[in-house]
Amino acid sequence: MRNTGHDQQKQRTLWQRLHIDLPLLSGILALLILGLFVVYSAGGQENAVLIRHAKRAGFALVVMFLVAQIPPLSYRKWAVPVFILGLMLLAAVLLFGHVGKGAQRWLDLGFTKFQPSEIMKLVVPIMIAWYVSQYDLPTKISKIIIAFILVLMPTLLIAKQPDLGTSLLIASSGIFVIFLAGASWKLIGTCVGLASAFAPVLWMFLMKPYQKQRVLTFLNPEQDPLGSGYHIIQSKIAIGSGGIHGKGWLQGTQSQLEFLPERHTDFIFAVFSEEFGLIGVGLLLTVYLAIVMRGLWIAVNAQHAFTKLLAGSLTLTFFVYVFVNIGMVSGLLPVVGVPLPLVSYGGTSMVTLMAGFGILMAISTHRRFHV
Amino acid sequence: MAPKKRVAIRNHSAEANLFARRTFITFITVLILSLVLFSNIYNLEVNSYQKYQTRSNSNRIKLLPVAPNRGLIYDRNGVLLADNTPVYSLEVIPEQVDDIKKRLSEVSELLDISQEKQNKLLKELKSKRRFKPIELYSRLSEQQVSLFSVNQHKFPGFFIDARLKRYYPFADLTTHSLGYVARINRKDSLELEKQGLAENYAATRNIGKLGLEKYYQDILHGTIGHQEVEINNQGRVIRTLDFTPPIPGKDLTLTLDIELQMIAKRALSGKRGAVVAIDPRDGGVLAMYSNPSFDGNLFVHGISSKKYKKLLAPASNKPLLNRAVQGYPPASTIKPLLALTGLEAELITPETEIYDPGFYQLPGIETKRRDWKKWGHGKVNLTKSLEQSCNVYYYDLAYKLGITRISKMMEKFGFGDYTGIDIHEESRAIMPSIEWKRARYNKAWYTGETLSVGIGQSYWSVTPLQLSQAVSILVNKGRIKVPHFLKATSEVVINDKKINTQQPIITEYVVDEKRPITLSNDRYWDMVLDGLHNTVQKFGATGYAAFKGSKYDAAGKTGSAQTANIAQDEEYDAKKVQENKRDNAMFIAFAPYENPEIVVAVAIENVAKGGGGTNAGPVARQIMDQYFGDREIISTDKTKHPHHEEIYHQNITNTAGEP
Repeated sequence: MRNTGHDQQKQRTLWQRLHIDLPLLSGILALLILGLFVVYSAGGQENAVLIRHAKRAGFALVVMFLVAQIPPLSYRKWAVPVFILGLMLLAAVLLFGHVGKGAQRWLDLGFTKFQPSEIMKLVVPIMIAWYVSQYDLPTKISKIIIAFILVLMPTLLIAKQPDLGTSLLIASSGIFVIFLAGASWKLIGTCVGLASAFAPVLWMFLMKPYQKQRVLTFLNPEQDPLGSGYHIIQSKIAIGSGGIHGKGWLQGTQSQLEFLPERHTDFIFAVFSEEFGLIGVGLLLTVYLAIVMRGLWIAVNAQHAFTKLLAGSLTLTFFVYVFVNIGMVSGLLPVVGVPLPLVSYGGTSMVTLMAGFGILMAISTHRRFHV
Repeated sequence: MAPKKRVAIRNHSAEANLFARRTFITFITVLILSLVLFSNIYNLEVNSYQKYQTRSNSNRIKLLPVAPNRGLIYDRNGVLLADNTPVYSLEVIPEQVDDIKKRLSEVSELLDISQEKQNKLLKELKSKRRFKPIELYSRLSEQQVSLFSVNQHKFPGFFIDARLKRYYPFADLTTHSLGYVARINRKDSLELEKQGLAENYAATRNIGKLGLEKYYQDILHGTIGHQEVEINNQGRVIRTLDFTPPIPGKDLTLTLDIELQMIAKRALSGKRGAVVAIDPRDGGVLAMYSNPSFDGNLFVHGISSKKYKKLLAPASNKPLLNRAVQGYPPASTIKPLLALTGLEAELITPETEIYDPGFYQLPGIETKRRDWKKWGHGKVNLTKSLEQSCNVYYYDLAYKLGITRISKMMEKFGFGDYTGIDIHEESRAIMPSIEWKRARYNKAWYTGETLSVGIGQSYWSVTPLQLSQAVSILVNKGRIKVPHFLKATSEVVINDKKINTQQPIITEYVVDEKRPITLSNDRYWDMVLDGLHNTVQKFGATGYAAFKGSKYDAAGKTGSAQTANIAQDEEYDAKKVQENKRDNAMFIAFAPYENPEIVVAVAIENVAKGGGGTNAGPVARQIMDQYFGDREIISTDKTKHPHHEEIYHQNITNTAGEP
């Protein structure tokens, strides 16, 4: 490899030298640009909203670019201390956190407010990938149990805030690592069996009334069409009335006349479906799938177990965003606060996602020099 | 750390294979889940498209009712009596205003709205629902409207709303016949609901409460229109999608002549009483005025309790009462009808004479009933009995007829029953009979009461309207035309959402006729009419003064009704009697004698001196003078004119001399 290194370096394109994965970037840019259009429509066609969103997208691109420059294997050194720091911050949030929208998510550092759970979206897969990749694959049961505990700690702390959406994403990012690392099917089957056996216990003893209500609303939103069912009903009306071709950009009556709540954030998919119809939805899902495919391709081609697992987990978590968001907006899943990735208005999650793509790009472009 | 060792013996290719297999499984799962998402969206957007399309539209599309314009009301010559005038109000949607306090004070300065009112408005703003327009200032002047319009760009969120409100240019002159409209109240709503009209009135604010406005409410109202609008989640109208215009109510043309009405008002000024003038040929009411009256416009905007109390105060003399349809003792005005009853009963002939010594005594009874002429009229036949209004003649006739024959005949002339005129405020008054007295007082009828009935007293009461109807029947020789105000209705035809500008369709009112009165000998009619003619035309007769020198050939009858009992042998002297116990003056008249065109009935309460001839007669005279061309007012302007009344008033005071 050393001898050919010089030649290869010569062959390397400008993009590779910049540590940019072009296919991934194309998909990301496609989504960001689409996001600008949909946010403009959903945000009451206000330039101020559009400009703020564009600035955040630009900032997120810069973050992605900077993260891409970091050699991915170097994360391993930082995994444990950062993970511990993250757990402490999450604990601090619960103790002194800033309450916003009925949940404690923010830590006030005096000069800025900071959401530790966002950082954990990256730290947890790094931590678990680091832990699992130290041992032979497939991972042994004992290690899996430890890995599970490592995943569970931040998940529970975040669920306690309560931020179901983020805890779900963080849990899945960890579990994906464990799955990709080859956890035995027997174990997976046992876990699934236990989980379904545990569900009634969870329902009867552990879930809070408002959480039960959410599930009930999900099962039958029409029981309270003006109250708890309003969001999901209006959302389904928006999607369904879009039809095959959609009502056209800026023409969605559900969104433009403000019947649809949370339309530029979590429910932006409904705005998109209403205005662009089934054809738009098909194209959007294709772009998401292309990004996921590219991410998995990067993972498979990564040359180290750590980077493989990390790339796979980040990619699959990205798909969880897509699936949970579209699923909840279209009535397949109960409503949990997960944005439509790279399209929804809202800064923090976009920056985290783009940092994740930065890591993926680093894995894709740094691999030849750090094995 | 232990792992270091293990790394050395790791099987990298096996791990890579494991990872690739797992990745492949997850990728397949991702594909399946994406398919699930897509098929769910497919289900929503394709299979359930119709359902959600409908629900989306019902979210945003609302049908707003649009009130039809109320039909206008004109007098017989086309003078506008009830108009719809635009009323402008300043409204605001506070959510659309950047600084409500500041803007309000600016707009108030512009339109000269008091500080006090501003403070009140600011207080009200706090308790209003969101995104609903709030009325800041109602009834803006035209100057204020134009001032605001020029400056509107400075006041986003503020706008002027124009609505049509009923306006009666002649105010109190027409109230008792036209009535008025006022805000639909709870009772009205319930009634509309019961009649199944609630939907048609969804946008209507006012409803006829009295008079013709009430009677012809359905015709005047029209049919509701609809505006299909797009609204947002706050219920605010974003744009209009479709418009079905309302069908305006039909315009009414009345038989009423506003000029006669003015004369009636002037003739009754300072008096309590009423005048009814009817065209006997069709029963159309030419004039109906009750004094004192009140301004119906007060009620259109909602009358203040202070003003309402004032109307109810005793000093106002009950202006709300329509005296034209309230009962008065008819007194001598019904003598011609009694004479007719006597002729028909063959108890008298025109030649039958009685002797009047100045009093009448029932056979075998001491009590004397005085004639109004102390020394009596001497020998009296039918004609003289009417000319001189001889009481003794009618005491005798009534005694001979008996109450049953009298009341049976009088009921045929419409007494004691509704005439069926097209206003609801009518009284039946009282036509006494044996049965009536039994039902009412559970007492037997006394013969003495029959005598009183003979001179139009006792329990007998008639409304001026009934009286004019009875005279109409008399001059029509038994034919009964139900009195009415409506002459014609007109409507504009609306075709295919476009207003047809062609001439409106006019529908003439079809006069209602009741079964005529037939007599055994048609000459009886002429005998009585001839008596009435002499009463007015013969020098020295009771009605002579009233129509002396008139250019037309009038006939008529006077009447003076006691309102208090006078002891036997006590002389009535108006000056000594309390005002409200003084005699009422009555008068009936018609002209021309051959082929009458107008019948007038007058009732004046508690006159200071004299009887029907001197008090009520001149009122009838002035109306007839007006009718027969001695016109004091020649109106040329028959178009809409908001200052009609002032103009007419000036005309009256400038050109009319005292009668």
